Amino acid sequence: MTGYQEILTDPSYRGQIVVMTQPHIGNYGVRAEVAESRRIWVEGFIARRWTRRPSGVAPEQGLIPYLLEQQVPALEGIDTRALVRHLRRHGALRGVMTSERLEELPALAEELARFPTMAGRALVDEVTCEAPFTVAPAGERRARLALYDFGAKSNIVRSLTERGAEVTVLPARTPAGECARLGVDGVVLSNGPGDPEPLVEIVATVAEIVQSGLPLFGICLGHQLLGLAMGARTFKLKFGHHGANQPVQDLTTGAISITSQNHGFAVDPESLPEGSRATHRNLNDDTLEGFELVGKPVFAAQYHPEAAPGPHDASPLFDRFLAAL
Amino acid sequence: MAKRTDLRSILILGSGPIVIGQACEFDYSGTQACRALRDEGLRVILVNSNPATIMTDPEFADATYIEPLTPRIVEKIIEKERPDALLPTVGGQTGINLAIALDEAGVLERLGVEVLGADIEALKLGEDRQLFKEAMEEIGLEVPKSGYASNLEEARAIAAELGFPLIARPSFTLGGEGGGVVYNRDELREIVATSLHASPTQRVLLEQSVLGWKEYELEVVRDTADNVVVVCSVENFDAMGVHTGDSITVAPQQTLSDREYQEMRDDAFRVIRRVGVATGGSNIQFGVDPATGRRVVIEMNPRVSRSSALASKATGYPIAKIAALLAIGYTLDEIPNDITGKTFAAFEPTLDYTVVKIPRWAFEKFPETPPTLGTAMKSVGEVMAIGGTFSEALLKGLAALELDGDMAVRERRMADPVRLRRRLATPNWERLFAVFAALRQGWTVDEVSALTHIDPWFLREIETILNVEAQLSCWDLDSVPEEWLRRGRETGLTDSRMAKLLGASSGELASRLAALGIHRVYKRVDTCAAEFPATTPYLYSTWGQEDESEPTTARKVMILGSGPNRIGQGIEFDYCCVHAAYQLSAMGFETLMVNCNPETVSTDYDTSDRLYFEPLTLEHVLAVVEREKPEGVIVQLGGQTPLNLAQGLAAAGVQILGTSPDAIDLAEDRRRFGALLTEEGIAQPEHGTATSMEEALEVAAKIGYPVMVRPSYVLGGRAMAICYDEASLRRDGALATAAAGGHPILLDRFLDDAVELDLDLIADGERAVVGGILQHIEEAGIHSGDSAAVMPPMKATAEQLDRMRDIGRRLALRLGVVGLMNIQFAIHEGEVYVIEVNPRASRTVPFIAKAVGVSLVKIAVQVMAGRTLEEIGFTREPPVLTVAVKEAVFPFRRFAGVDPILGPEMKSTGEVMGLSPHFGAAFAKATLAAGDKLPTSGRAFLSVHDRDKEALVPVARRLCELGFELVATAPSET
Repeated sequence: MTGYQEILTDPSYRGQIVVMTQPHIGNYGVRAEVAESRRIWVEGFIARRWTRRPSGVAPEQGLIPYLLEQQVPALEGIDTRALVRHLRRHGALRGVMTSERLEELPALAEELARFPTMAGRALVDEVTCEAPFTVAPAGERRARLALYDFGAKSNIVRSLTERGAEVTVLPARTPAGECARLGVDGVVLSNGPGDPEPLVEIVATVAEIVQSGLPLFGICLGHQLLGLAMGARTFKLKFGHHGANQPVQDLTTGAISITSQNHGFAVDPESLPEGSRATHRNLNDDTLEGFELVGKPVFAAQYHPEAAPGPHDASPLFDRFLAAL
Repeated sequence: MAKRTDLRSILILGSGPIVIGQACEFDYSGTQACRALRDEGLRVILVNSNPATIMTDPEFADATYIEPLTPRIVEKIIEKERPDALLPTVGGQTGINLAIALDEAGVLERLGVEVLGADIEALKLGEDRQLFKEAMEEIGLEVPKSGYASNLEEARAIAAELGFPLIARPSFTLGGEGGGVVYNRDELREIVATSLHASPTQRVLLEQSVLGWKEYELEVVRDTADNVVVVCSVENFDAMGVHTGDSITVAPQQTLSDREYQEMRDDAFRVIRRVGVATGGSNIQFGVDPATGRRVVIEMNPRVSRSSALASKATGYPIAKIAALLAIGYTLDEIPNDITGKTFAAFEPTLDYTVVKIPRWAFEKFPETPPTLGTAMKSVGEVMAIGGTFSEALLKGLAALELDGDMAVRERRMADPVRLRRRLATPNWERLFAVFAALRQGWTVDEVSALTHIDPWFLREIETILNVEAQLSCWDLDSVPEEWLRRGRETGLTDSRMAKLLGASSGELASRLAALGIHRVYKRVDTCAAEFPATTPYLYSTWGQEDESEPTTARKVMILGSGPNRIGQGIEFDYCCVHAAYQLSAMGFETLMVNCNPETVSTDYDTSDRLYFEPLTLEHVLAVVEREKPEGVIVQLGGQTPLNLAQGLAAAGVQILGTSPDAIDLAEDRRRFGALLTEEGIAQPEHGTATSMEEALEVAAKIGYPVMVRPSYVLGGRAMAICYDEASLRRDGALATAAAGGHPILLDRFLDDAVELDLDLIADGERAVVGGILQHIEEAGIHSGDSAAVMPPMKATAEQLDRMRDIGRRLALRLGVVGLMNIQFAIHEGEVYVIEVNPRASRTVPFIAKAVGVSLVKIAVQVMAGRTLEEIGFTREPPVLTVAVKEAVFPFRRFAGVDPILGPEMKSTGEVMGLSPHFGAAFAKATLAAGDKLPTSGRAFLSVHDRDKEALVPVARRLCELGFELVATAPSET
């Protein structure tokens, strides 16, 4: 119910209008250090009520000036629950936010119909970094990792570096060979926006990395790309999984994690090839939440172990990956 | 993991009588637990001394013991029933203390009873501050610094180290009793003396104060597989220093960032794991420094609590039910979510609305005690309100409180700046009104926040309300722009408030709003912010574009609940409303419940078919009626609250089921009713009404002293007094006039030395059948709610009882009562007088129902639905099964400086029942259950008013015979 700044700055939201279900948004303002990337990515932001003046510990800026500064259209005062219910019934939709009069609606609807849907859009190229860069570990270096940036949240980097990894962040279309030349101990595939299917070239890269035998950990879009690289199928969920209260069960231990999620596509567990197996499922709708290559240090999670926003229940996945190197 | 197969029978401990700090939320939790476990095929054995609870109804347990909750008695029950396990975590502090006592006495081990939920060590860790503090430090969590002192010297040393202010918490006293805040050396000396006296171990914990810090609570649930979820986060509007039971609270938390909140969540998980609550719910409280975000753990309750009841109602996640299922081995992923029907209990509810809880106090009943709030809880009840935004929920909550008089008057009393400053700086029950007053007078949010430590976020939302009000008051209804009407509705102003600001009638405003398409809509509480469809209609009103109530076309009846608990109107009425829902449902009606009390069984989503969590005001109730169009509305089961709405509902064309509003008015109107009694030749004390002091004195002179004086249209004997002479009438009459608020005050000749009786009956318009007669043990003049009472009556002759039955039947038929009616009689010098008639369910209904083994409410409801008593087969007064004694429980220990003398103004918060074939044993049990020990030897102190001396002689003689030594004050020594 909190975490609006993290959501705004999560590159996975590229191309999306986000409607918040919690009525009061902006209560504790924004702080530069909380941002999950260099800018706001959502295309439009809707809540029942914006807080004009923030409270809380040392806010640097109010939410409204923050949105204005980055020229993000925002809307308040509508029946957000009605909108959410509409989306639940019809699935994720393309939308228009407008200050035009109602008479203009037919023209807007026409324009909207020409707008591309999420399926088939390769948004990764719009959010990835331009050039590789390296982040030093906190304390002694325990490992060296490459992170493919498909729209990575900074808390993935932070979660790795604070566990002693030196992280080299790579642009999304870095060839596998270039990655191999870095001599890293393992590769992390980040989260990112949109449909994984059009990312054919990246899927091929992932397949190459798997074949090289390097330990690999995929998160969210990274999970889907790994799935495709292994020959599995992905499909579009009706309205996806969003929010910080998604229950995920570890199929081995039965343990439940409350996880942060934001994805519109999923890997079909039926299509997982031999040699791999499902490791996690969503307790709400039984969709696949994680899988691994049996006997290999290669696994992926559809949810966000880095949280930000959301509960920290899944953060042990990072420990598991570092231990597997 | 799955349900354990080795458990066959489980003992559940209730929480006993309603007291401050432990109210009907434990009927809610116990009832849920009993139901859940029985549904699982387990044999449930229940012990509770409170007859007014739903859980003690025969259908909720396989064996129900209405017995005192003492270790000795529970031990006997365990010996007889030999349960496999004990579930102590749904019965409040009482359940926990009993479990610990039974363990320490070796009973549980000897009889092989396993403790479910939290083991004894965990329970102790939650209770013992020293152990808890050590445990927290062990897992690296910060707690306020503190030290124990056994004398003043040690206390001073601690104070020197920690600095003032300090919180003093005497060891082993309950609910903060005997402790308080210490600001300086003088107060330290004082409080150390009282604390050491109060503490059985003569130790007092002096804790570094985090006064003014923000206070949060997390409701956490854990299962046997170590899965943990947060059900709800709660932020206290009032900062640290006010007991959370006395704080206005808000869910979800509003002013923590995600990082801060997630860290708090991590801490909460570490706490529940370290304390070792194996399964079930816990409440964990944190303090947060608003300047730095530094966080300390304040305490944890390893059990279902008042906060869990609130969290359950706020989210739709039934914590007590789930805790019971977890205790028998289920894991969270195996328990379905009733609201969605598709998902499971393994998730964290998310709220797309805002919830506000406001406590209800009873300071007006205890004028001798200062109305300030501190670390010891003083409220007697609470309301919860659900709104889209905080301001909407807050305003709904204020409407739901049913305070006498209007806000403007309360605010005006704060006009004086010195008084206002004091009212802001010292927490007190009217501080919210002081906040409104200050902001309205132009104080800045920062100024108010600095004095109150209330987070500026909340204050700005209140400021928004005031701005909208100020804007609306600039216009009239014809000229006001649509924009401002919309804003008014969005802010949550009631129609009546908006109409007043615009100088229009509510009706005129309503038609303008309707014309503009500004509708009140109903939304569902669904645990998941609309991610999944909600199959359970748990609804609240707000503004918006879409209504989700989806009313059916079934035959339906609406039941109006009793609102917040207060002295004089409590759990008894919730019991009645719940029974009505069950009965109507059994008769094939769809049931609609309207209530705003989160502690109750009636506000469980599965008690009625459709639950409207709304204030019980005419505006809110009529709006639901309009939407649902029920066949009829039941107003006679929720106490005075719905009865007060009867006229307004009838005027709006709503069908009232049962006794007609006119008959209700006839019984309430002293003049009309007096004339009726005279006409029927029924004796009543001489009486009169007065609107001024002169008139009152005149009336009193005419009817003769002593007189009983009281305001009309009030609850629980509010401002009622017995005046023996003109001087006392001048004093008490003035108080009554003030409390009457414009209505006349009533004067009755007080029948000295009389015996009072309560009679409850059911009538169908043709026939009236007595349900039971209860005789008061204290003499007339003590409020019926405060007096101990016995069934069957011990001190009335058969002729007198028959006379009462006859009067009862005649009055019921004459008034046209359809449903329940209660009559209070007095026998004075052999003559039967009618003192009062209530054409509704009375406080005594659950007690009588349990003494005769017949659910009077279920019969009454059938009558209201149109069946005759003959058809139902209830044509004869049921026999009393055994001697049943009621004893009242009082909150005097919580109110410093209050004289624990009983009178016509009700002061008790709850009651217990003692059952035995013999009066003596039943009385002893009731006394024991009420928490008093009856001494069997020692010294008795006698002191009475001169006029009562005669009556004292036989009492003194009897005490002497029993071997008591007597002492008396000088004038009484004769």
